[in-house]
Amino acid sequence: MPDQLLFAMEVTLNGLMTGVLYSLVALGFVLIFKASGIFNYSQGVLALFAALTLVGFQEGQVPFAHLINAIFGTEIHHFGWHLPAILAILLTLAVMVLLAILVEKYILQHLVNQEPIILFMATIGLAYFLEGFGDIMWGADIKTLDVGLPQGISETIDETTYEWFGYGFFIDRLDIVATVIAAILVISLTLFSQYTKHGRALRAVADDHQAALSVGISLRFIWVLVWSIAGFVALVAGIMWGTKSGVQFSLSLIALKALPVLMLGGFTSIPGAIVGGLIIGVGEKLFEFLIGPMVGGATENWFAYVLALVFLVFRPQGLFGEKIIERV
Amino acid sequence: MFYREAGDFKTSYQDDAQTFPIKFDRYRYYAVIAVGLLVIPFAINDYWANAVLVPFLIWAIAAIGLNILTGYCGQVSLGTGGFMAVGAYACYKLMTAFPELNIVFVVILAGFVTAGVGVLFGLPSLRIKGFYLAVATLAAQFFLVWLFNRVPWFYNYSASGQISAPERTVFGVPVTGPETSAWAQYMICLLFVVVLAWAARNLTRGTIGRSWMAIRDMDIAAEIIGVNPLRAKLSAFAVSSFFVGIAGALFFAVYLGAVEVGEAFGIQKSFLALFMIIIGGLGSIFGSFAGAAFMVLLPVLLKNVLVGGLGWPTDLAAHLELLIVGGLIVFFLIAEPHGLAALWRTVKEKLRLWPFPH
Repeated sequence: MPDQLLFAMEVTLNGLMTGVLYSLVALGFVLIFKASGIFNYSQGVLALFAALTLVGFQEGQVPFAHLINAIFGTEIHHFGWHLPAILAILLTLAVMVLLAILVEKYILQHLVNQEPIILFMATIGLAYFLEGFGDIMWGADIKTLDVGLPQGISETIDETTYEWFGYGFFIDRLDIVATVIAAILVISLTLFSQYTKHGRALRAVADDHQAALSVGISLRFIWVLVWSIAGFVALVAGIMWGTKSGVQFSLSLIALKALPVLMLGGFTSIPGAIVGGLIIGVGEKLFEFLIGPMVGGATENWFAYVLALVFLVFRPQGLFGEKIIERV
Repeated sequence: MFYREAGDFKTSYQDDAQTFPIKFDRYRYYAVIAVGLLVIPFAINDYWANAVLVPFLIWAIAAIGLNILTGYCGQVSLGTGGFMAVGAYACYKLMTAFPELNIVFVVILAGFVTAGVGVLFGLPSLRIKGFYLAVATLAAQFFLVWLFNRVPWFYNYSASGQISAPERTVFGVPVTGPETSAWAQYMICLLFVVVLAWAARNLTRGTIGRSWMAIRDMDIAAEIIGVNPLRAKLSAFAVSSFFVGIAGALFFAVYLGAVEVGEAFGIQKSFLALFMIIIGGLGSIFGSFAGAAFMVLLPVLLKNVLVGGLGWPTDLAAHLELLIVGGLIVFFLIAEPHGLAALWRTVKEKLRLWPFPH
C-alpha cells in the first residue's frame, strides 16, 4: 500500500479519537438543551472547572490560597496530603452537584420564561464567573492531571499494523480509553433516560415544560438533576482533555469546538453529538493533512466552524435535529 | 423641577420628532458635546487618553455597531473581533498602498470593506437563526483571524507578522504613528464617534431601523407585513460591520499603533463587545456608550483599587475581574435585562415627577 494512503488512514483514526473527545463535551450541551432549552455556553468552562477541582483535591491544594495570601500576607499553598484518584473524583462530583444546585437557585430560577437568547447570555456570564472563580480557587498555572489512565503509544496496535502493512500506526492509548468511556457514557445515559423514573421525567420536561409540571414533575429538581449530569459529563471530558494536554485555560477554548459539533449533529440529538464529533474530528485532521500544507497550516482553528456553517445552509436543523417549525 | 416638558411648546412636526424632546436633555447633550470638544482636549494627558478615553470612544463605536445587529435586528454575533480585524487590516493595506490618501478617508474606506465582508458572512443568516447563527459567526471570527495570520500579503510580508501604522496627518497634525500627541488621538476618535452615533441614532428611528426591529421581534410576522428579510438582515449586517470596521481601524491605527491579530482581535474581544451591549442595554445607542464606559472603566478601577491600593498581585486582580464581570452579567440579566439604559430611563421618569411624585 502506498505510504500516502497509510498516513491518511492513520490521520483518520486519530481524527476519530479526537472526535470522541469533542463528542464528550458536546454531550453535556445536548443534555441541558434537551431538558431546559438552554444553550449552555458554560459547558466547556464546567469541564475546565471540574478538572481544576479534581487536580486541586488530588494534590491537596488549599482553596483560595492565592486570595488568602494576598489578604492576610500568609504563605499557605498545600495541605500536604495526596488523595487517591477515586476519592478526589467523588469529591469533585459532589462539588459539581453543589454547583448545579447553586446555578438553579441563583440563576435559572430567576430566568424562567425568559427568551432563549437571554438564557444563552446568562450562561456566557456564568462561564466567565466560573473561569475567574476556578482561577482564584485553584490558581491559574498549568497543571498536570493523572488519575491513572494509560497513556502513550499503544504497542499492540503499532505491532499489528506493522505486520499487516509494514507501517506501525501511532495511536495513543488514552484515546482508546476515551472512546470506550464515551461509549459507556452514551449507553448508560440512554438507558437512564429510557428506563428510570427520573430519566422519563427528564424527557417529559424536554417535551413540554407546562405539561410536565401539570402531571406533578418538579421542574426545579429536574433542572438540578440535568445540570448535575452535565457536570458529571464535564468532569469526564475534563479528565480526558486534562490528561491529554494538561489542565489550562485553553481547555475552555477546545470546548468551543463542541459548538460546531452540535450544529452538525443537531442540538437535540445524543447520537447526533457523537456522529457530529466524529465528522468534525476526522474532517479537520484530514483537511489539515491534505489541504493544510497548501494554505499555510493551522486550519484546525477554523475548519470545524466553516464546515458547520456551510452544512447548516443546506440543513438548518443539523443531521439528526428535530425539524424547526415556526409559527407566527 | 428642571426636568419636565411643561412650557416647552412644539410648534412644528420637526420639533415634535426631535431626538431630545425635553429641553433639559437637549442642553445636557450640547453640554456634553461642548465639554468633549472644548475642555477635555486641553486637559487630557497620556494616561487618561491611553487607559480610559480613547479605548472608551473606540469601543463605543464597536458597541453601537454590534448593538445595531444584535440589539436592533436580533442577530446575535460572536464575530465582532474578526470584523474589527478586517477593518484594521483594510486600513493598513490602504494606508500603505495609497500613502497620499487622507487617513480619515482611509478609515471610512476600511469601514466599507468590512461592510462587504460582513454582508458575506451575513448571508447564512437568511437560513440560520438564533443560536445556530451565533455559532456560525464564530466561523467568521476564527477564519478571519487565521487568514490575517497566515497570508503574508495582508501584513505586507513583514518578518514579524505584525502590522504597524505609519505616520499620517490631518491638517498637519499627526494622528497615527509614534509622534501622535494624546489630544490628537482623542480628537480624531471623538470626531468619528459623534458623527457615527448621530448616524446610528437617526438610522435606527427611521424606516430601515423599524424594519430591523420588526425582524428582531418576529421575523416571520415581519415578512408577512411586508418587511423584506433579505434587505433588512443584510443591511443590518452591512451597517453593523461598517461601524465595527471603523472601530477596528481606529483601534489599530490610532490606539495601538502596532497589532498582532490573534492577540488584538481574538475571541475575547467579541465577547467584550457583547458584554458591553448586554450591560449597557440591547437596542439603545445610549446603552452602547454606557456599556463601553463600564467595561473600559471597570478593569482600570479594579486595577487601581486592588493592585495600586491593596497591593494584590496583578494576576489575582485579573481573575477577580473575570469573576466580577461574569457575575455582573448574570446580575444584569436577572435584575435589569435591558441594562444601564433602562436604569437611566427609570431615573428620568422619576426625575419628571421630582420633587412631587404622586
